[in-house]
Order: sequence, then structure tokens, then C-alpha cells
Amino acid sequence: MSQPPVIELSGVCASFRGRVVHRDLSLRVEEGQIVGLLGGSGSGKTTLLREILGLLRPDSGSVRLFGVDLNEPDVQLQRDLRRRLGMLFQHGALFSALSVFDNIAFPLRELRCLDADWIRRLVHLKLAMVGLEPMHGKLMPAELSGGMVKRVALARALALEPELLLLDEPTAGLDPDRSQNFVELVGDLQRELGLTVVMVTHDLHTLAGLATHVAVLADQHIIAFGPKAEVMTVDHPFVTGFFGADRRKLL
Amino acid sequence: MSESPRLLVEPGRVKLSGSWTLAEMLPRLPALQAELAACPSGIDHWDLSAVTRLDSAAAVLLWRTWGARLPAGLVAGELHRQALQRVAELPREIPEQARTPLRFPELVGALLLKALVNLRGMIALFGQLLLDVGYLIRHPQDVPWKECWANVYKAGAQALAVTAMVGFLIGVTISYLSALQLKSFGADLFIVNILGISIIRELGPVLVAVLVAGRSGSAMTAQIGVMRVTEEIDVLSTMGISRSIRVVLPKIFGLTVAMPLLVLWTSSVALFGGMLAALLQLDLSLIYFLDNLPRAVPVANLIIGLSKGVVFGFVIALVACHFGLRVKPNTESLSANTTSAVVTAITTVILFDAIFAVFTRHIGVPQL
Ligand SMILES: Nc1ncnc2c1ncn2[C@@H]1O[C@H](COP(=O)(O)OP(=O)(O)OP(=O)(O)O)[C@@H](O)[C@H]1O
Ligand SMILES: [Mg+2]
Repeated sequence: MSQPPVIELSGVCASFRGRVVHRDLSLRVEEGQIVGLLGGSGSGKTTLLREILGLLRPDSGSVRLFGVDLNEPDVQLQRDLRRRLGMLFQHGALFSALSVFDNIAFPLRELRCLDADWIRRLVHLKLAMVGLEPMHGKLMPAELSGGMVKRVALARALALEPELLLLDEPTAGLDPDRSQNFVELVGDLQRELGLTVVMVTHDLHTLAGLATHVAVLADQHIIAFGPKAEVMTVDHPFVTGFFGADRRKLL
Repeated sequence: MSESPRLLVEPGRVKLSGSWTLAEMLPRLPALQAELAACPSGIDHWDLSAVTRLDSAAAVLLWRTWGARLPAGLVAGELHRQALQRVAELPREIPEQARTPLRFPELVGALLLKALVNLRGMIALFGQLLLDVGYLIRHPQDVPWKECWANVYKAGAQALAVTAMVGFLIGVTISYLSALQLKSFGADLFIVNILGISIIRELGPVLVAVLVAGRSGSAMTAQIGVMRVTEEIDVLSTMGISRSIRVVLPKIFGLTVAMPLLVLWTSSVALFGGMLAALLQLDLSLIYFLDNLPRAVPVANLIIGLSKGVVFGFVIALVACHFGLRVKPNTESLSANTTSAVVTAITTVILFDAIFAVFTRHIGVPQL
């Protein structure tokens, strides 16, 4: 049984106004992997996630999700594909005009198949999953703290029960307790549903607790990809600098 | 490995299999719901051991089928049980978010209160402005000249083309329509009076005010509003820069200076359009028109027109800034306030126009 890889980027090049961000970047993520994407600030991690989402078209190279090329012209196919993934944006990107409850309920309502009671239960379930109280549902995004924005955004990303979860710095701005909860939550979901996760993170703790694989983005492409322990031994200035003294502790 | 969700009803027990996830359920959701609803309610044996995946949407569906309790004879793997347990831990009755409908008197009262709050806000802003001007007179080096002139340029110079075009067309239209009437009375020469008074005193200022309210007023509200949404306004105050001096004052100054100039410009172009139409329609030469304009239209009308320009410009900018500062940090409020700003600005301008009309009714009307 040969499943197509969940994400397959090959030979991707991207540039902004002549400044190259990705050069000949290739990445292959299989089902069920939790990939930690590492890279310096401004190295193009968010850009990579945007390419995977199809928000940014690379100059050349191909992006395939679940075996489907993002350049496929079939609109229905593309829409169904988008439903299978959830994204947590770096700055939350909550709908500022909608309350927390409505933000999470929005993608569910768009399905036009679920009744109000079902949606309400699901939303409260997601709120509980990310450690928020039901009463937080009434708040507007502007009334949330930075960490709460992150958690609501995560709840919204989880709303459609995605098979592929893209997380841009999910634990930045969370207290250690909450990041531990997050690690447990995503780990549980992964075991229950066989999720595939790609997460950008600078947090060693999250990385150690969650990631099965690590991809390192430097010099405009993925310089190393593989199981956590393997990548940590790679001899590259960024990798040695990043893990530094903690290398042994993580192993 | 993703096979569709299935259920098999055997006497005394129900067996579920396949992958019970939202994505897999969606294509045949109504059928599934019907099948679940058709299960005899007495059954307590639910076998979930053949379920490969169970997500929270499916867990909620099953939970509801079971009447909000876990069946006694539930067979399920540890992971699936956890998913169900999460649903079970939710409060039994989740209260709906109550939205009380507004009754009519309440609606009227709310609108009235809102109007009063806005009026108060505008008066407060006006007061703040006076204080700022007082401060700037004592500290002339703090005057943000660059922003002020930038606003004059944005609200004035960049609006020249559109106001000229609209003014010209309106001039032509009025002249043409009046000429048709005047011709039948043989009173061709009065076209100068009609055009002169109506455009210089009334139409020019109001026309420009409506255009500027839509063009610059909305832009001002949106700009200040977005600065609120992105917290840029707060950054200004943390830097010790007064937002009213740096953001509001230049806008009000810019529009108050630019408006009378725009009025002058638009009225001239409109008169020119009217003259051309009169030339074509009534054979009235341009020289004759210009010669007779000062006689038919006392110069007081020009002064009234220009003062209207100053007042309208000030009012539009004040209203726009007031609504901009009221924007709450969300997109809905931004759009609502931009709309309110334009509508309120135009309404207020017309109100002020009426006040002008009443108080200047004896001034500048030619005695024949
Ligand atoms: N829309 C854009 N237009 C122009 N340049 C951009 C744009 N988006 C990103 N860049 C540039 O691309 C580079 C990579 O940006 P990206 O946001 O992917 O970095 P990142 O790896 O996510 O960094 P961080 O860890 O700080 O979030 C940066 O140098 C940035 O300036
Ligand atoms: Mg980023």
C-alpha cells in the first residue's frame, strides 16, 4: 500500500522582488510525521508554509499535497484539499469582527451540513481542548491576550478536524504550562487521528516533546531532514548553534 | 486506509467500522444521521473496536445519539474512549448565546443616545483642538507643518481633476436646462444671473463638500481607524507624541485650507462649462457673460461661497476624525465608522448650508 506523501515539495524556488528566499528547496513529509521546522529568523519558514498552503506560488518547482499538485486547475478538488488542512498563522489572524465563538464556528458553518447544537458542542470542545473557558467565547479578538489569541487560532485550525496541521510558532507567547498542554494535545490528536503536523518553532521544549522529525531551513533550502536524533548531529553552524549545549539533554 | 464510516445494526448491538472523521462523514452525512437515529434506543452494546479513526465531530454525533451518556456496553479502544470522554466532560446543556431582540422604542432611544454621544465626542474633539492650537501658539516649533501641507496636497491638489470634471458637467447641465426655459420667456440674458448665483453661492460649495466627504473624509476615517486597529495610535502616545496634534490637527488644517480653494476652482470650472453651453445654446458670447457676471452677482456671493468652503472643510474633517478615533479594533467597526463618517459629514454639511441660507438671506442678492 503506497500512500502518496502528505507534502512533497521539489525544486521550489521563491523570491521577493529579486531577493531569493528559497532556492531549489525539496521536502517530503509522510503521513503521521510531526515535523519541526527550524531556521533562523527571516530564513523563510513562514514563506515555506505559505507555499504549502498555496497562498504563495513559487517561481518554479512543484508543490503536491496528498498527491495533488497545487497547480491542478480543478476548483472543486482544490477546495476539498484545503478542507483537509488547518493552519495556525504566526500572528493568529483571527477574524477581528467575529467573537471567539464565531471564529471557531465559522469554518464549521461554512460546511452547511452541521446543525447549530452540533456546532456549539464542537466549538466548546475545541475551546476546552486549548484550555479556554466557555465564557471566553463571547470575547472579541481585540479583548484577548497574546497567548489567548494563539490558542483560539489553534482551536480554529483544529475546527475542521484537519489531516494536515501547519503551525507557525504555536507556543510562542504561551506560558510553560500551556505549552506543555499544547504538546500533549497535539500528541494525543496525532495518536488518535494520525495527523500530520508541520510546525515552525524555536522552542526546544516543544520540539523535544512533540517532533518526530526535524527539518532545518538554512541557506535558502532544507539542509537536513530526518528523525530528531539524526538531525541534531548534523554539522552545520546553524544546527550546532541552535541545539548548542542542549544537544545532549534532548538526546 | 481511509475507508468510509459504516454501521451495522445487529440484534442487541451496533457495530461501527471505518474511519469516523468529519471529512469521511460529510459526503453521506444525512444518510448516516438517519441510520444512527434509526437505531433502537434500548441498545446498550456499541462496538467501536473496528473504528480506525474517531474525531471530535464524530464523537459529538455519537454522544448525541446516545442521549448524552456513555452506553454501558461500550467497546472501544483507549484512544477512542478518550475522544468520547472529552465530549462527556462538556457541560450537559450548553447555553445558547442569548441575543435579545431590540424593540422599537429601544431602537429609537438607542439611536438618539448614539447621536448624542457622537455630538458630545465631536464637541470634545473640537475643545481638544482649541487646546492644541493654544499650545502650538505658545510652542510654534512643535507645529507639524510637513503633515499639514501633505494633507493640503492630498485633499486639495489631488482632488483637482475629479472636482473639475464634475463641476464642468454640472455647469453644462444647469446652463442647458435653464437656457431651454429662458428661451421660451425670451429672457436669455438672465442665464448669467442664474448660473452665477446658483453656482458660486450654492452649488459649488455643496458639490465640492459632497465629493470631498466621499473622497477625503472616508480616507481620513479609514486611516485613523486602521491606526487604531494596528495599535499605531498607542505607539504614538508611548512615544510621547500627541495624537491630536500629530494625526488629527493636520487633517483638519489640510481640509480647512484646501476646501475654499477647491470651491473656487470648481465654481470657476462649472461657470466655464455653463458659459460654453450658453454660447452653444443661446449664442451668448463669452465676453458678454464675463462682462455681466460682476454686475449680476455681487461679490458678497463669492465671499459666502468661500466661507462655506472653510466651514464645510472643517466640519467634514472634524466628523471624519471623530469617527476614525471611535473605531474599535475590528474590521466591522472600521467599515461601520467609515460609512457613518461619510453619511454624517454630508448631512452635517447640508445642515450648515441651510443655516447659512437663513442667516445670509439679505446679503448678496442683486437688486434689480
Ligand atoms: N510579502 C513579502 N514581500 C517581500 N518580502 C517578504 C514577504 N514576505 C516575506 N518576505 C521576506 O522573506 C524572508 C523570509 O520571511 P519569512 O516570513 O518566511 O521568515 P521566517 O522564517 O518566518 O522568520 P520568523 O522566524 O522571524 O517568522 C524575509 O527576509 C522577508 O523579508
Ligand atoms: Mg515567520
